[in-house]
Amino acid sequence: MNIYTARTGGLAILATIIAVAPLGFSNTYFYDVGVNAMFNAIVCVGLNLLIGYAGQISLGHAGFFALGAYGSGILTTVYGFPPIGALVLSAAVVGLLAFAVGRPILKLKGHYLAMATLGIGIIIHIVLKTEAKITGGPDGMSLDNFKMLGFAIKGDVMWYWVAGIALVGSVWLALNLIDSPVGRALRAVHGSEVGAEVVGVDTSRYKVLVFVVSAVFASVVGSLFAHKNGFITPDIGSFFHSVELVTMVVLGGMASTFGALIGAVILTLLPQVLAAVEQYEAMILGAIMMGTMIFMPKGLLPSLVAVLRRRGGGR
Amino acid sequence: MFAAFLQYLFSGLTSGAIYALAGLGFAIIYNASHVINFAQGEFIMIGGMATATMVAAGTPVPVAIALAMAASMLVGVALEKFAIEPARNADVVTIIIITIGASIFLRGGAQLLWDKEFHALPAFSGETPIGILGATLMPQSLWVFGVAGLAIVVLWWFFNRTLFGKAMLATSHNRLAAQLVGIGVKKVLLASFALSALLGAVGGIVVTPITFTNYEAGIMLGLKGFSAAVLGGLGNGTGAIVGGLIVGIAEALASGYLSSAYKDAIAFLIILFVLFFMPSGLFGKRGTDRV
Repeated sequence: MNIYTARTGGLAILATIIAVAPLGFSNTYFYDVGVNAMFNAIVCVGLNLLIGYAGQISLGHAGFFALGAYGSGILTTVYGFPPIGALVLSAAVVGLLAFAVGRPILKLKGHYLAMATLGIGIIIHIVLKTEAKITGGPDGMSLDNFKMLGFAIKGDVMWYWVAGIALVGSVWLALNLIDSPVGRALRAVHGSEVGAEVVGVDTSRYKVLVFVVSAVFASVVGSLFAHKNGFITPDIGSFFHSVELVTMVVLGGMASTFGALIGAVILTLLPQVLAAVEQYEAMILGAIMMGTMIFMPKGLLPSLVAVLRRRGGGR
Repeated sequence: MFAAFLQYLFSGLTSGAIYALAGLGFAIIYNASHVINFAQGEFIMIGGMATATMVAAGTPVPVAIALAMAASMLVGVALEKFAIEPARNADVVTIIIITIGASIFLRGGAQLLWDKEFHALPAFSGETPIGILGATLMPQSLWVFGVAGLAIVVLWWFFNRTLFGKAMLATSHNRLAAQLVGIGVKKVLLASFALSALLGAVGGIVVTPITFTNYEAGIMLGLKGFSAAVLGGLGNGTGAIVGGLIVGIAEALASGYLSSAYKDAIAFLIILFVLFFMPSGLFGKRGTDRV
């Protein structure tokens, strides 16, 4: 009962923040940043299931994001698919791909898994860059508006609300998954893989499942991002983007859905703030990544919660 | 036919030697601390950039090389002292983010200290190609082979014949036991970062006359070094060398016979394939976990 109220409480707070935030937006630029922050947040909520709950690392998720984006781009412009059909088909293909590669690579541990996922991400990036006939190569490709039932989503304001609803929906989905038997199995895998196996958890099945789920999250957001931006380049699938996504999850707090969300928002806003000191941007970003991880290895949200608990007299 | 093959082989061996040095850098740090240092590529970049800019400013080449190696080692030691040591017991992911943060920081610093341009270094002994069986070999490639070979021999001697090298090996096998017999584990950690940085810088310096360098040059070289180390089996020195050469040669052959655009993809494809069947790399220890 307690967990249930905490969950709905968190969701209500999130929905309120999304609804109230535009009151402080003075122009559409804020909406634009807001949409990007929420898109990143959705990917991170999915990725956090893999990293935070199942304890598996992926340095290649930008590849799945880019596949979703390019899947939508190619299916809508070349094959005349309706956007929603393209989104669903791309997500299904990405899910299948993640399933096919997931089984062999999730047998790997630690740095070997990091290497394998990194390799998959880089291969996807290179394919998108090279197959210029289909993808437009490094110059990128353009997309139309997202149309559904004769209604087009366009403009930063409208996208803000769409992204907001999608974010609340995915957080709800993630929280439910975590509290289901699947979530408990995942946490068991994180705690001790052998231990989980001994008590009858089919560990490889759950690891693959959550890998597929997180890849599909990334793909769907990739599709939405492509339509919202109207233009995509292969760099959305770069190694650096994968690193950014993992950093968001870890910075905000692993194994905390709201932590991953906060990490995504902070890291999306950071470059906007740092734009003022452009030449130092990379150094400051690097220093923040190192500093947070050194002093708060559990991430922002869990560390903050721990401090508050201690202040509160150990309740 | 054969001449073309030989030509690809030469270029593959040249880049493979650099990957091997980078891979060794990964292996040394991994052995001492179980950390994968994603800033390894930045050591290569610092070596190349520092030497190139100092030579361009009129510093004699040997002095510039010595200073660049010292600078890189200093960065390596600082990285260990200020970023790795305080996070000793953190998760694998956390430490990966710290070293990636360090690499972004160093790239930002390099861009600020130098610039975004490509920098060249004159070849050490001229640019007259040497003809071998119809293929040509640049004298600088010989420098790369020679220096990489020498570095490997010196490393072997260091780890097998000197007390400090043996202490480092002992630490990699069992940290606690090493500490109990009086080995200064902290010193070993510092030394491992200094040594890796030195290796990276050496690789960066000898390869710069061939490939040129800029502030971002370390990204791909670092990832290739990581690939070499993983392919050979993490923490295995011989494995890293063999891994580096395989990656280099495979890339060169792929870009020669298939497509140069897919050169980088081929390297990673090979690694995925090897990992599917040998989850601990070619020479890695078959891991048994203690429950």
